[in-house]
Amino acid sequence: MDSLIAIWESVPEALRIVIVILLKIIAILLPVIIAVAYTTFAERKIIGYMQVRCGPNRVGPKGWLQPIADTLKLMFKEIIVPTKSSKAVFFIAPMLALAPALAVWSVIPFWEGGVLSDINAGLLFVLAITSLDVFGIILAGWASNSKYAILSSMRVGAQVVAYEIAMGFALVGVLMLAGSLNLTEIVNAQAGGIQNWFMWPLFGLLVVYFISGVAETNRAPFDVAEGESEIVAGFHVEYSGMAFALFFLAEYASMLLISILTVLLFLGGWLSPFGGMEGLLSIPVLGTILGDGIHWLFLKAFFFLVLYLWFRATFPRYRYDQIMRLGWKILIPVTLVWIFGIGIYKGLQIEGIL
Amino acid sequence: MTFELFIFYVFATVSVLSAVGVVTMRNPVYAALFLILAFFTSAATWILLEAEFLGVVLVLVYVGAVMVLFLFVIMMLDINIDPLREGFIRYLPFGILIAVVIAAEIIMVLSSDVFVMEIPKAAPLDFSNTKALGEILYTDYVYPFELAAVILLVAMVAAISLAMRKRNDGTKRQIPADQIRTKSTDRLRVVKMKSEEKL
Amino acid sequence: MIASIKHFIKTFTLFELLQGLSITGKYFFKRKITIQYPEQKTPMSPRFRGHHALRRYPNGEERCIACKLCEAACPALAITIDSEERADGTRRTTKYDIDMFKCIYCGFCEEACPVDAIVETHVFEYHFEERGDHVRTKEVLLAFGDKHEAEIAKSRAADAPYR
Repeated sequence: MDSLIAIWESVPEALRIVIVILLKIIAILLPVIIAVAYTTFAERKIIGYMQVRCGPNRVGPKGWLQPIADTLKLMFKEIIVPTKSSKAVFFIAPMLALAPALAVWSVIPFWEGGVLSDINAGLLFVLAITSLDVFGIILAGWASNSKYAILSSMRVGAQVVAYEIAMGFALVGVLMLAGSLNLTEIVNAQAGGIQNWFMWPLFGLLVVYFISGVAETNRAPFDVAEGESEIVAGFHVEYSGMAFALFFLAEYASMLLISILTVLLFLGGWLSPFGGMEGLLSIPVLGTILGDGIHWLFLKAFFFLVLYLWFRATFPRYRYDQIMRLGWKILIPVTLVWIFGIGIYKGLQIEGIL
Repeated sequence: MTFELFIFYVFATVSVLSAVGVVTMRNPVYAALFLILAFFTSAATWILLEAEFLGVVLVLVYVGAVMVLFLFVIMMLDINIDPLREGFIRYLPFGILIAVVIAAEIIMVLSSDVFVMEIPKAAPLDFSNTKALGEILYTDYVYPFELAAVILLVAMVAAISLAMRKRNDGTKRQIPADQIRTKSTDRLRVVKMKSEEKL
Repeated sequence: MIASIKHFIKTFTLFELLQGLSITGKYFFKRKITIQYPEQKTPMSPRFRGHHALRRYPNGEERCIACKLCEAACPALAITIDSEERADGTRRTTKYDIDMFKCIYCGFCEEACPVDAIVETHVFEYHFEERGDHVRTKEVLLAFGDKHEAEIAKSRAADAPYR
């Protein structure tokens, strides 16, 4: 142990910082990727259960090794490059899809101070980086030199740009109430028990945010990007093996991200719903379990993740013009009205009437 | 060379090279991609200058929205690239002239003392760029700000009114709102009739 | 007017979507009806039509008298029969091939057979290991019948009252 510390001391200061940051990145990304793998398993299981089936249960005990088998299979599959495709873009596209989906995790706080980079424009950073997600999909569609793929990327382009606005407006409500763009401060602004969470004053925005989050990640019922009955699999028809796996990874990482963000912004993140009750929290063991902590974040995020899968099991795919109508004519006006209401509330608060 | 300077040079080099790529690429989609890279690296250099709000907004607005629509349009175009290259030599003198004029203008402007100012002190770590911008925008510059908003609104309305056309050629179109509001009683009438007499 | 207000409220409370979610939510907890196939199997009718077999009489004599009615009845032309007079003066098949790729498992051969020689068994999990194995020869079919005779007889007996 002492020798290890000595080795550590001998490493130059700058390099030590880099190593610590790299370790932190691994500590965040490894669980994310494992979570993605098991989200696919959860998806198949949950949708199976809702369709009165069992879902995968053959690989390993109760099917728990299924995601690992899937990964292995994808790794050993050949990556086929279509002729006359744009080779460079064809290979850059999956990386462009995955990189933003993983980059956003750098500003997500998991507990008080448990964040890789605590920047003060965190929310804006999240918005900016998630808006880059769409490039991977658009370029994949274009580079594949396939009609289905380009149709899909056209659909995605318009859909994502439309829903980004509703999403951004929903976030405006949050930052008006919190008075900060920093995610940790937004969560701390909701401290003091379940009644202080932003989901009560911002319930409409929560709904809008989650709906547009589902649309942003191209998940059912907004999955026109891969409408298998019309355009086979959409932007990733021509992709196979690991290149396809990267798209898959990106989609599920974004799903996890939207779930966690919804919790951070509207449901108080890692804060316990029993925040205000001092008597309950001072009980020795029960108090720690019921107190604030990362487990609350995961529990709440899991609910939204299940909601994603639940949606997929329940709703039929929207028609394209209906998606556009919902985004532009319903979600955006709803958020505008809601923000106006919050503006009045804040104004009255500043004037000292409320 | 500090670490910060090193990062700055990396981003600066990439942004200059990608700017060159924008004008030299034959394929418009590649040119647009290089433009995205140029935007992205400029945003990074802005963030290095502690203008994180501007940097992030550059990514959000230009890269995330404008360039998506740009790419959207470019991909739909079926451009035959070769005719675009014709007459390169013929237009070269004129092009060089314009380039020289622009370069001269930039050098003249930059060498005058308009932009000479003392190097601002680095802000403390908890200084919020966003807050500072917001305070200035909504106090000192509130009228220009509102005016800009109104102009944007006018532009939006104008664009919509230009692009919207109501066709009166009797084509049937789907109106989702009506479709949703339809009830079974609108489409179906249950008629009570006596059953036929037995022959 | 009231209808449109009702519609408005219904839309913005997402009433119909929640209804849909509640249905799938209910089904989530329903008992699953999946049969775990190799371990569990569904009950099978005595009339099940699987792999073919040729039967024998209890004394070991093969039943088939080469009447070729099955060959005639077969809608897929899967059966090919050659026959010959045996030393004891009876007519017997020298060749009785069923092409399992052509067979549609309609059971007409079984219906046509006057001596209950060709039957379809309950065996449906079988495979071919070599090219040409799909043409089941007389020897294979007779061996198959010998192997499954007990089961064949049982299902014939179970079905007898309805014939």
